[in-house]
Formats: sequence, C-alpha cells, structure tokens
Amino acid sequence: MEDDAPVIYGLEFQARALTAQTAETDAIRFLVGTQSLKFDNQIHIIDFDDENNIINKNVLLHAAGEIWHISASPADKGILTTCYNKTSESRVLTCAAVWRMPAEWESGSHESPDDSSNNPQTLELLCHLDNTAYGNVACVLWEPLGDGKRVISLADNHAVLWDLQESSTQATLSSSATLEGKGQLKFTAGKWSPHHNCTQLATANDTAIRGWDLRSMSQIYCIENAHGQLVRDLDFNPNKQYYLASCGDDCKVKFWDVRQINEPVKTLEEHSHWVWSVRYNHSHDQLVLTGSSDSRVVLSNMVSISSEPFGHLVDDDDLSDNEEGQQEEKSKEPLQDSIIATYEEHEDSVYAVEWSSADPWLFASLSYDGRLVINRVPRALKYRILL
Amino acid sequence: MDADPGADTATTPPDSDPTRKRRVHGMLKLYYGLNDEGKRVELAESLDPCDINGPHFDPEVYLNKLRRECSLGELMDQESCMVKQIRALDSDMQTLVYENYNKFISATDTIRKMKNDFKKMEDEMDCLATNMAAITEFSARISGTLQDQHAQITKLSGVHTLLRKLQFLFELPARLNKCLELQAYAQAVNAHRRARCVLQQYSHMPSFRGIQDDCHAIMDQLAQQLRQKFRDGGSSAKDLSECVELLLQLDEPAEELCDKFLSHAQSRLETDLQGLEAELSPSPRTDILEFIDRGCNEFVSNLCLVIASYQELFMASGKLHVFVDALAARYFSLVERRIQEEKGVGDNSLLVRALDRFHRRLQAVAKLLPGSAVPSQGTEIVVRAARERIKQYLAALQSFYLDSLTDIRQALAAPRLTVTSTNVAGGGALAREGATGKDAPPSLPDLLSNLSGSILNQIKSVLASVHLFTAKDITFSNKPYFKGEFCSQGVRENLVVSFIKFICQSSRQFCESAGDRGGSTPPALLLLLSRLCLDYETSTISYILTLTDEQFLVQHHTPVTPVTALCTEAKEAAQKLLNHYVKVQGLIISQMLRKSVETRDWVNTIEPRNVRAVMKRVVEDTTSIDVQVGLLYEEGVRKAHSSDSSKRTFSVYSSSRQQVRYAPSYTPSAPMDTNLLSNIHKLFSERIDIFSPVEFNKVSVLTGIIKISLKTFLECVRLRTFGRYGLQQIQVDCHYLQMYLWRFVSDENLVHFLLDEIVGSAAHRCLDPSPMEQSVIEVICERG
Repeated sequence: MEDDAPVIYGLEFQARALTAQTAETDAIRFLVGTQSLKFDNQIHIIDFDDENNIINKNVLLHAAGEIWHISASPADKGILTTCYNKTSESRVLTCAAVWRMPAEWESGSHESPDDSSNNPQTLELLCHLDNTAYGNVACVLWEPLGDGKRVISLADNHAVLWDLQESSTQATLSSSATLEGKGQLKFTAGKWSPHHNCTQLATANDTAIRGWDLRSMSQIYCIENAHGQLVRDLDFNPNKQYYLASCGDDCKVKFWDVRQINEPVKTLEEHSHWVWSVRYNHSHDQLVLTGSSDSRVVLSNMVSISSEPFGHLVDDDDLSDNEEGQQEEKSKEPLQDSIIATYEEHEDSVYAVEWSSADPWLFASLSYDGRLVINRVPRALKYRILL
Repeated sequence: MDADPGADTATTPPDSDPTRKRRVHGMLKLYYGLNDEGKRVELAESLDPCDINGPHFDPEVYLNKLRRECSLGELMDQESCMVKQIRALDSDMQTLVYENYNKFISATDTIRKMKNDFKKMEDEMDCLATNMAAITEFSARISGTLQDQHAQITKLSGVHTLLRKLQFLFELPARLNKCLELQAYAQAVNAHRRARCVLQQYSHMPSFRGIQDDCHAIMDQLAQQLRQKFRDGGSSAKDLSECVELLLQLDEPAEELCDKFLSHAQSRLETDLQGLEAELSPSPRTDILEFIDRGCNEFVSNLCLVIASYQELFMASGKLHVFVDALAARYFSLVERRIQEEKGVGDNSLLVRALDRFHRRLQAVAKLLPGSAVPSQGTEIVVRAARERIKQYLAALQSFYLDSLTDIRQALAAPRLTVTSTNVAGGGALAREGATGKDAPPSLPDLLSNLSGSILNQIKSVLASVHLFTAKDITFSNKPYFKGEFCSQGVRENLVVSFIKFICQSSRQFCESAGDRGGSTPPALLLLLSRLCLDYETSTISYILTLTDEQFLVQHHTPVTPVTALCTEAKEAAQKLLNHYVKVQGLIISQMLRKSVETRDWVNTIEPRNVRAVMKRVVEDTTSIDVQVGLLYEEGVRKAHSSDSSKRTFSVYSSSRQQVRYAPSYTPSAPMDTNLLSNIHKLFSERIDIFSPVEFNKVSVLTGIIKISLKTFLECVRLRTFGRYGLQQIQVDCHYLQMYLWRFVSDENLVHFLLDEIVGSAAHRCLDPSPMEQSVIEVICERG
C-alpha cells in the first residue's frame, strides 16, 4: 500500500503547463513549465524513480516568458515546444517556439536542488513558429507517432501546419486553415488524431468541437454545442479511431463517436467545477483521467466504451466451457463504468493531467499553485485489467 | 304327648305379655319351620331327639332324659309349664279357626251370586245370535235381487263414453279444419294428439281409417302452415317458441327444429346487432348510456327470451352455449368499440351507469344459462373499460399539468414590470434602482399556490370520478377486481402514484434538456417547480395518498409504492431543480463576468474612476434573484457573526486584512510567500465545492449562485495579464462586490475568500503590481 501513496513535488512558481516526455519510454519523466511575470520562467524536468519513490528534478531556464503550454517531441527526447507570453511595451502576445534541451542536463544533475536552481542551464532555441500573422498561440501539437518533423499550432482562429527542417532549426509553413464565423472565434484546445495515418485534427472553440482533414485543411465534422459552455480539452482514444473525449466548463466529460455527433456516447459529471484536462491512458483506454478547477483529479474506468469492454477475450474462451465460467463472467460483469478514485491532494485548480509515457499505471497532475502530484492506478484495478 | 308343648315352653320365657299374640303365631310358624319372613329356616340342632320342636323329636328319649336329669320339683314345674303351653296353643287354634270361617262364608256368598248373573247373560247371547242370522238372510236376499240391474248400468255408462269418444273422433276432422281456419293451432294439435293413439289402434277399421287419413291430411296442412310461419321468422320470439312447441308435439325431428330455431333467433338477434352497429358508425350518434340501453333492451332481452324458450322447448343447452357465445362475442365487440369511443373524461357517471346497466343485464343471462362464459366476459369488458378509464384519467392529469406549466411559462414571460420598492423590503436603494422581478399580475407565490391548488383539485375530481366505479349501488363494484386490484393497483398505483412520478420526472427533464441547450426553461419556472416538488415531499404526497386510501379503502394485497419512496423521489426532483436553478442563474452571471474579463485589454486600461457597469449589473441581478427566491423559499441560516456585519466589517476586512495579505506578494524578493500564505489559508479553510447541492433556503441558493459567479471570475482573471490599472480596476470591482454580496450568503468569509483570491490572482498576473489605496477604492465604490 505504501507504493500507492501519492508523491508530491512543489514548484516555486505557479504553473499550468505539463507534459510527459513522449519520446522517453524508459524513465518516468514529466516536463513542467512555470508561469511567472516577474522572474525568469523555468522548465522543470521531473524524474520519478519508481523503485525508490523518489523524485529527481532538473531545472532549465526558459527566459522567453511565462509558459502556457508545453509539448514534447514524440521522436526526439531533447526537443520540445512551448507557448509563452511575450510582453512588449503595451502588448501581450503568446508565441510558440521549438527548443532543444541542453544535452548535458542529465549529466549535470546534482543531488542538491539548490545547486541546480542556482546555476540552471538554458534551453537552446531552435526556431520560432512565427505567429505574427495569426495571433495568440493556444497550443502546439506534435504529429503523434511521427518523426518529429511536423507540428500544428493553434493561433486564435487559425490552425497552422509547420514542417520542421534542418533538424528542427527551421519551420516552414506547410498549410493552414482558418475558422470563419461570426464574432471573434478562438481555438481553445486541439488534438492531433493518431489514427487515419495522422491526417485528422480535432479542435475546440467555444462550445463546439470540430474535426479537420489535414490533407485538404478542411473541416470534416462539427459538434455544435458539444458542451453547455466552453470546451477546455480534447483527447483521442488511442485504440478506437472514432472515439473522442472532451471536457469543459459545464463540469462534464463527454465521450463522442465522431460518426454520430448528435449525442455523446457517454457523459460523466463527477467534477464540481470546470474540467480543464482529459486524458486517455495510452495503453488501457478504459482509464480516463480528468483534472478540474475544483482541485480534484478523477480517474474513471470507462469499460463500456473502451476497446476492451469485456476484459481479455482469451479469458472468455477459457471460461465459456463450463457453467462456472459463466458465473464468473457474471461476477466480472459488475466491472461497469465507474469512478475509480478521486484524488484530492491539490489545493488549487488543477489545469493539467498527464499519463506517463513510460509506465502506463502512473500519472501526474499539476495545480496552479505549482504542486505536482504523481499517482498510480490502484493496484487492485491494475491486476484486474491485466489478469 | 302333653309333655311336648310343655318341654317346648320351658325354653321360652313365660313373662312376655305384650307380644303374646305375635308370639302365638310365631310359635306356630316356628313349628312349621317358617321364620318371620316366611322362609324355611335350617335348624341347627334339628337332629337332636330331645328338641321338642325338632322333627326328630322322640318323646321316649325326652321323657327318659327328663327323668334321669331332673328332680321331682323340677319335673312338677316342667309339667305345669307344659300344661300352660298346651292351653295357650289350643286357644290360639280356636282364634284362627274362627277368623278363617268368616272369610269362607263371604266367599261362598259371592260365588253364589255370580252363578245367578251368568245365567241371565247366556239368555241374552242366544237372542243376539238369532237376530244376526235373520239379518244375514235378508241381506243375501237383497243382493240377489239387485245384481242384474247393476250390470246393466255399468254397461250403459261404458257405451255412453264410447259414444262420446266416437263422436269426438267423427267430429275431429271438422274441428281440426275449424281450428286451422281460426289459426288456433294449439287447440288443433291438442285435439289431434288425444285422438292419435285411438286412431292408430283402430286403423284396421275402414271408418276410422278414413278419419285418420282426414286428420293426417289436416295435420300435415297444419304442420305446413306452422313451418311456414316458423320460416317466415317475422313473428315474435314468443310466437316462435309456441310454433316450435307445437311442431315438437307433432313429432317433428327435434334436432332439425333446434337448428332452425336457433338460426331464426340468430337472424333476428343479428338485426338487433346491426341496428347497434349502425348507431356506432361512422361516429356514435347517441351517448353511451342510450347505446347500452338500446343494446340491453333489444339484444340482451331478446337473447334472454331465446335462451329461456330454447331451454323450455329442448331441455338441453349444448348448442345454445355455442350460439350464445358467438352472438355475445359480437355484441361485446360492439360494446367495446362504443366504450373506446368514450374518450372525453368529463362525465364519468354516464359511463359507469352504462357499464352498470350492461353488467346488470348480463346477470340475467347468467341466471338463465348457468355455465355460460358470457357474464364473466362482460365483467372483463367492464374491467377493461375501468382500466382504460384510469389510463385516460392519467393522461388527462398529465396534459392538465403540462398545460398549467405552459400557462405559467406564459405568465412568466409576460412583460415584467419594475419591482416596486415595497416588494424588495431589504433591497434598499439598489433594489429600487433597477431590480426587475416577475411582477406581472400573478406573483410567484400566487402562481405556485394556483398551480398546486389546481393540480390538487384536478386529482380530487378525478378520484371522485373514478370512485363511481366502486359505488355500492353499482353491480360490478363487489367483483373481486373492483374491491382489490382496481383500488390498489389501478387507482393508487397507476393513477395517483404514476401522476406524482410523472410530475417528478417531467421536472427532472427540465433540468436535463435545459442543461445543454442553454436556458430554454425560464429560471423562475425551475424555482417554482422545485418549490412544488418540495411541498409535495413535505405534505402533499402523503395527503393525496391518504385521501386515496381512505376513499378507496385500499387493501394492499400486492406491494404498493410506499409514501416514503415517493417523497424521496419528489425531494430528489426538488433538489435537482434547485441545483439546476442555481447553475442556470450562476451561469448567467458568470457569463457576464467572463465576457467582461475576456474582452478587455487589461494591460492598457486607464486608471479606474468607476466601478465597471458589469459589476453593478451582477449585483442587480443577484438582488433580483434574491427577491425571486425569497418569494418561495425561507431565509435560511447564516453564520452567526454575519448579524453584525455591515459596511464597517467590510472596511475592516479590506483595510487590514487585504493589505496584510497582499503586501508580500508585491515584493519581488519572496515569490514563495504568496503560495505559502494562500496554502496556509487553504489548509485552514474548507474546500469549496462550486457546483455543489444547495439547501432549500434562500441563503443557500444565493450562496451557490455567488460561488459559481466568483469562481468564474477567478478563473478568468487567471487567464489574463494585467497592467497596473488593470489590477486596480479589479480591486475596485472586488471591493464593490464585497460591499453588496456579503448580505446574500450564509458565510461572508466565503465571499471574502473568493474575492481575496481574485485580487490575489490579479496581482500575480500583473506586470506592474502597484495596488490602489484602500481609501481611494472606497471613495470610488461609494460614488457608485
């Protein structure tokens, strides 16, 4: 049981941006970007030693501005993008850039966190994703499973596809799409679908969710009023190509089949305030993680709409021979959609949750006050899913 | 021998005078061996020869013994004693003889007298015998004389009868003809029947043969006519049965007649049915009572007649059952069609009366035809009609409820007037300024009381209507269905409980449908319905169910929904509605706040001179919501220290606490402190659930709405970057909100805390955090 206790790490600054280091599949590593208007912002590299339950951190300086969004390249461990606020005299503009982490950060890690914070290394700028023509960047998305050559930035009402060339030092505009409509439309979130050969993108603006075909850069579906209020985040089911989860200010998490957009497949209403982040587990898509400004993180088990709704099929074959097997099946049946756990370690709004890219049973959540909490899926459930 | 009695007396005491007489007899008795009871006594020493009284007494031995044993004196005494005894015995004997002599004398006299009497009697007996002999002789002589005449008379009377019979026979053809002419078929058949056997017997004689043939011819003709009449079918059922009876007597085959009879009856009954059907289509022309009346008077009574006459005629009912069942089925289908036409729920009494008549008339069939399924089928129809009726009433109640809701919607949508100051007692200047309420003529409480009152009335009237089904004077009300299932399952469960459930469900639907598609339901309606459901939970449900149970004396054979279950459901609905109300109202205000934060350029704003209009709007709206909720819900409980709250406490808060709290965050050296402080604060304050369920009172509702609004404000602020004046504007706005919002919530600390957070977050997000002077803020807010 000790192992199941949460591990908490505190940052000195407020923070919103969290990502797992996607390309890293051995070490459990998260990247956190801080938000501070007065000090140099930092990127904290959080390494979690699963065996000893110890957190190791390294700090990189991010002098360009406060970080609103961070994402790591799926191909190169050292490369990441951030969206940051650049403040000139009277304007605040959110820009995006591709960075490379200094190669020696790992070697230069110190036992004492004070040393590293005193003498932090700096990120190496690879290139800017020039957004002067497009407006504030909400987020940057890497091509999932890709070679780290393509990114999409969502800026105000534009979705811009970039090709990174010359080992990411140069970003050339590949194509772009613009959201037209009444009023000031603004993308709030987006997700690059890992299915269909990575040709689809889903974006959220206000209460609508839209799907885009990246080949033609045209809209392929639109779920109007997907949520009662603003849609805050999206995620694709990693195993079921048409399934999509969304969350928003109506405190709900909705699961959509994009072929049937009139009604959500399922709706969860477990949070008591806006839900800011929703994430499917990469391996077991019945596990869905949500973070909300009610300071809670909720882990749900959405068996009925997962890619393995009846557990392992092998088991069924083995068991169907005798009647006892059927009884056991029935006893298994109560594994219905349910809330596995509500994590209340945070005391401020949780704006980001992420699964580890290395350990599918581990996840991190980040609240505004800079508290990072690493939790595990309860062991009982883990064995139930595995066995 | 003289010595014997002497020896005997020697043993008896001589001086027993009073019993002397008895003793004399006693001694005699003794001698003859009899005791007092006349029984012979076995004497013990009877073998002793010296015992003078014993049978073996030997005088010689006795004398010798005396002589040997006694002295002279003793002998002398013995002798005198014995003499005395002998004398006594003698006198005794004399007395006895005398007494018995008298008796002999009288007996002799009696015998003599009897001898004389018998002689006289013998003479009289002789006389009697002679007389009797004379009588016998006379009698024999008379009967001998009369014998001849008697035989003659008998013969004559026989001839007379015969002649009359013959006359009847000879006259028969003429008579039959006449009957035929007069159509007196019954007489004809009767006459013929009487003559038939005789004619049959004497048919070998030519004259009778002739008559018989004539009769046959006439009767054939008659039968022909009867059949004709029968076939015509125009005549009444009574005539028809008469025909059949006559034909039966004429030895027509019963089976065939039976079939014919039934087919005729059928054709006539079918005309009845067609009449009914014509009345039905295309649409019923008469009301149901008339229809049923007609059905009963024509079809059912004719059917009864047919049944009765059939049974009378054929004494069997095998075919009759099939026949009746087939026709009744058609009749029932017509009745059911007609009942189904009865859709209007206005007057139930007509339907009940019609059903009652229908049912009552079928009882006649039941009596006539005991084994028939017809009455039970009829009862089933009544049961089905009752069930159908309950469904219709439920639908009517539901549509009534929905109509009332539509009315309320319209009333709410009617142009709102500005609330007069009297309506907002506690609102003060602000409320008067611009709070808008729903004060078109009917106010919310009026609407609520109207709604619940009219629903209750409707339920009551429906119950009254349904109650007619179980009235005592209704024949089917004592059927087991109407006693049990109808009351418990039908009325209670399917009508009342279903309706209450419907209310709860439709209320819940308001929450769900309105949730995603925005406020299609006016919030006031949500509030009103929530109060309605709450009222139902507290009193109305139990009242309605008690009313129902009392009216229908429901005996719960089957499990019924308990009151508590319904109450929980109602409470859940009320809770859900109120939560939804809070959510909707909160969202409206949130939306204003969000827009106001998102659309402004906070970096390049000018120095604040006023509270932003949107904040005033927020306070106004909150006030009007407060008024609205206050109309329907009680005040609720505030935290104790709020009673002395006023502007003063607020200024204390803002001047002292605020400055203490924010001071560190503006000094660049200590970035940790803010986190620390706010974390410490959070450690000691309870977690705030924003969209959490509220309690059923005004304060809780308002607290919920304000929480939602302020939390939105906070989150929006955190997404923006502020310039110096942007922060100051937020300070002013928050101060303004603080001034007015604390009075609405249960715990003003909550408002303080959230506003602190907002200002704190704004300060964090500020590029040049230099806060405004508290006094300046106050001045600006005072100015409005």
